[in-house]
Amino acid sequence: MCDTIHTMLRNLSFVIVVIISSLFMVNIFHHQDSFNLKLEELKHKYALKAVPSVNHSKLPALQENFKTPQEVTEACLSCHTETHKEVMSSSHWNWERASYIEGRGVASSGKKNVMNNFCLGTNSNQKSCAKCHIGYGMTSSHFDFNNARNVDCMVCHDNSDEYLKGASMAGYPDRNVNLGNVARSVGSPRKSNCGSCHSFGGGGNNVKHGDLDVALNSCSREVDVHMGANGMNLECVACHTAKNHNILGKLYSVSSDNSNRATCEQCHTSTPHLSDVLNRHGSRVSCQTCHIPKYAKVNSTKMSWKWSDAGKLKDGKPYEEEDSMGNHKYMSIKGSFIWKRNVKPDYIWFNGTADHYLLGDSIKSIPVQMNILNGSYHDRLSKIIPVKIHVGDQIYDKVYNRLAQPKLYGEAAGDSAFWQDFKWDEAVAAGMKESGLAYSGQYGFVETVMYWPVNHMVSPKEQSVGCAECHTRTNGRLAKLSGFYLPGRDSNKTQDSFGYWMLILTLLAVFGHATIRVLSKIYRNKYEKQIISYDEDKPEE
Amino acid sequence: MQKVYIYKGFERLWHWSQASLIIFLALTGFEVHGAYTIFGFEKAAEFHRTASWLLIGLIILAIFWHITTGEWRQYIPTTRKLKEQVIYYMSGIFKGEHHPTEKSELSKLNPLQRIVYLSFKLLLVPMTIISGILYLLYKTFDQNNLIVIEDYPLASIAFWHTMGAILLIIFLIVHVYMTTTGKTPTSNIKAMITGYEEFDEEDEVKPEQNELNNKIQ
Ligand code: HEM
Repeated sequence: MCDTIHTMLRNLSFVIVVIISSLFMVNIFHHQDSFNLKLEELKHKYALKAVPSVNHSKLPALQENFKTPQEVTEACLSCHTETHKEVMSSSHWNWERASYIEGRGVASSGKKNVMNNFCLGTNSNQKSCAKCHIGYGMTSSHFDFNNARNVDCMVCHDNSDEYLKGASMAGYPDRNVNLGNVARSVGSPRKSNCGSCHSFGGGGNNVKHGDLDVALNSCSREVDVHMGANGMNLECVACHTAKNHNILGKLYSVSSDNSNRATCEQCHTSTPHLSDVLNRHGSRVSCQTCHIPKYAKVNSTKMSWKWSDAGKLKDGKPYEEEDSMGNHKYMSIKGSFIWKRNVKPDYIWFNGTADHYLLGDSIKSIPVQMNILNGSYHDRLSKIIPVKIHVGDQIYDKVYNRLAQPKLYGEAAGDSAFWQDFKWDEAVAAGMKESGLAYSGQYGFVETVMYWPVNHMVSPKEQSVGCAECHTRTNGRLAKLSGFYLPGRDSNKTQDSFGYWMLILTLLAVFGHATIRVLSKIYRNKYEKQIISYDEDKPEE
Repeated sequence: MQKVYIYKGFERLWHWSQASLIIFLALTGFEVHGAYTIFGFEKAAEFHRTASWLLIGLIILAIFWHITTGEWRQYIPTTRKLKEQVIYYMSGIFKGEHHPTEKSELSKLNPLQRIVYLSFKLLLVPMTIISGILYLLYKTFDQNNLIVIEDYPLASIAFWHTMGAILLIIFLIVHVYMTTTGKTPTSNIKAMITGYEEFDEEDEVKPEQNELNNKIQ
C-alpha cells in the first residue's frame, strides 16, 4: 500500500519535472514569427487606395490656356468656393502660428520670425525663401496675406510632376511650366509634392531634416517601411491627414506646443507589440527611438554649417569645394559644411513643447540654442526621442548681444546682399534694417546648435535598435542621457565592488578552510600511522 | 552501515529545481547587470523573467509543503550547541573530531544551519523575490495605461535585487563547500540525491530514533 503510493508520487513528480523542463526548453529554443493582428489589419486598411471621385482633366473650367498662376487659382476657387479660407488660415500660408510658450506667453512663431541654423532667417530674403511659400509674389515682409488669388494650389496638388517653383521668383512657378497641364492633373498630394519643399529645406536635398530626402519618393522598405515602393507605398498625407487643409503634424524647428501632432500611435495604438515589456517601454521611450536606427540613409545631410568661413574669394570670385561624397564642403556664399550619411541619431528627453530663438532675442548661452526641446526624465510626459543635432556658427551683433539677420539674397551687385558683395557689415546692416532691429555696427561669430527630431526613415522591424544597444555598460546609444537608472547600463559602483570583494573573500575562505582540512587530515593520518607502526614495531622485551 | 531516509521526494525535487533556477537566474541576472555577455541582453532578460516565474511557482509549492508536512519546524532556531557547532567548523573539524550534533530524520539541520537557512528563507529569498517582482512590474506613469509602480526609483529596486543576488551567490559557494564536511566529502550531496544517508553503526544513532525512521519508511 505504502509502496504503491510511493511509486505513484515518484512517477507523478517525474512527470511534473518533465513537463516543466520541456515547457522551459520550448520557451528558450523555439521561436516562431508571431502574427501581429493589429499590424495586419492596418496593412489591410491602407492597402486599399481611394479612387478620386472627380477627374479634373474633364472639368470645363480647367480647359483654358492659363497665362498666370493666379488664373489657375481663380479657376480652382470657382468650384471650391470656400477652400481658400481654409488654406489661408494654415501655417503653410501664414508662416506663423500662435501658441503658448512657457516663459513667453502667447507668441507667434514660424518662418516669419524664427531663426534657424541654415540660411538663418527669411527676413530680407523673402524673394528667395518664398520658393517654399504656398503663395505668389512674396517679395518682402509686406506681402498681402489676405489676397486669395495668390494662393498656390498647384504646388501641393499637381499630379503631373511638371510643376516647379522658380528660383528666387517670390513663389511664382518657373516660366516653363505649362499651367494648363498642371491644372488638369490635380489630385491628392503625393510624396513628390510635399517633398518639393520639405526635402529641400536649407538649400538642397536632405540638407535640413536628414530624414526627408527626395529619395523617399521612390525608396525601398529598408529606407522607409511606410513609404517604400515595395512596401505599403504610403503617401505623406496618409499619416499627415489634412482636415480642412489643416495638416496634422509639425516640426519643432518652428513649432512650439504639443498639439496637432502626427503620431505613430494614431495608427499603431500605444500597445503595438505583442511583448508587454516592449509596450511598457512606450511610456518613456518614443517609437522612433528604436525604430529609426539611423537617418540620412540614402543621401547625406548637413551636420555642421560654419558661416564664419563664408566670404573667402579666389581671384575676387566666389568658389565651391566638394567632399569625397560629392557634397559641397565649402561655398564662398555660405561657409563650410560637414555632411554625413547613415547617421546614428542623438537622443534627448522631450515633452512635446519647445522654445525658439526668435529674431531679436538676447543670447543667453553659448552655443546659442536655435530651438530648445523641453523635457527631462523627471517630467512624466517626456519621452526619449531621436534627434539630429546640427551645429555651426552664425553672425551676431556684439553690442546688442543678439543674432544678426543678414541680407543674403540680392538681385545684383551693390545692393548690399552678402551673396552678391560678400561684405558682412553691409549685409547685416541691410538685413537688420529690413527686420526693424537696430545694429551696432560690430559683428562677430557665435556657436549655435539646433535640434531636429527624427521621425521618418522608419526601418523594418528586423532592423530596429536591439535591446543591447542601449542596455549596455559602454558606448550605448543612451550613454549621454543621465538622471535615471537604465538596467544593463547603470549599476551601483560601491555595490559592485562590495560584491566583487565578497566573492573573492568567500572563495579565499573556502579554499583556505579546505586546504587546512586536507593538510590536517594528511598530518593526522601520518601521525596515526606512526603510532600504529610504533606499536607494531615494538621491540620484543 | 545503516541507511536513514532523510530527504523526502518533494524536498529533493524542490531543492534541486530551486538550486538550478537560482544558478540560472544568477547567470542571466548578472548578464542583465552588465557583468558579461552570454545570451545577449535581450535573451538574458527574457530567460530571467521566465525563470523567475518558475521560481515563484516553486516557492509557493515549497511553502505549502513546509506548512502541511510540519517540516517548517526543522528551521526553528535554537542556540543549543550553536557555539559548539561554530567552534567545530573553526577548529574541531581539523582535528578530526565528530560533529557536535547528530543528524536524523527528525532533526536534520544543525543549529548553525537552522539559523542560516531560516534567514535564507525569511530574509534573503524574500528580499530578492520582492525586489524582483517590483522590477518585473516596474513602470512609470503612462498617459494610456495603469500605473503599476509609480516612480519608485528603479535604482533602489535594482540595488536591493542585486544585493540579494550577490548574497545568494555567496550563500551558494559557502553552502556547496559545507556539504563536503559530512561523513565523506560527497555523502551529503548523495543524500540530497537519493534521500538516504548512511550512518556507521558506531554512530550513536539513538535506537528510538531509528525505530521512528523505519516506521515512517
Ligand atoms: C522570483 C525571483 C526573481 C524575479 C521576479 C526577478 C526579476 C528580475 C527582473 C525583472 C530584472 C530586470 C531585468 C528585466 O527586466 O528582465 C532582474 C534583474 C536582475 N536579477 Fe532578478 N529576479 C528574480 C530572481 C533573481 C535571482 C535569484 C537572482 C540571482 C541569484 C537574480 C539576479 C538578478 C540580477 C543580478 C539582476 C540585474 C540587476 C540590475 O543590474 O539592475 N534575480 N531580475
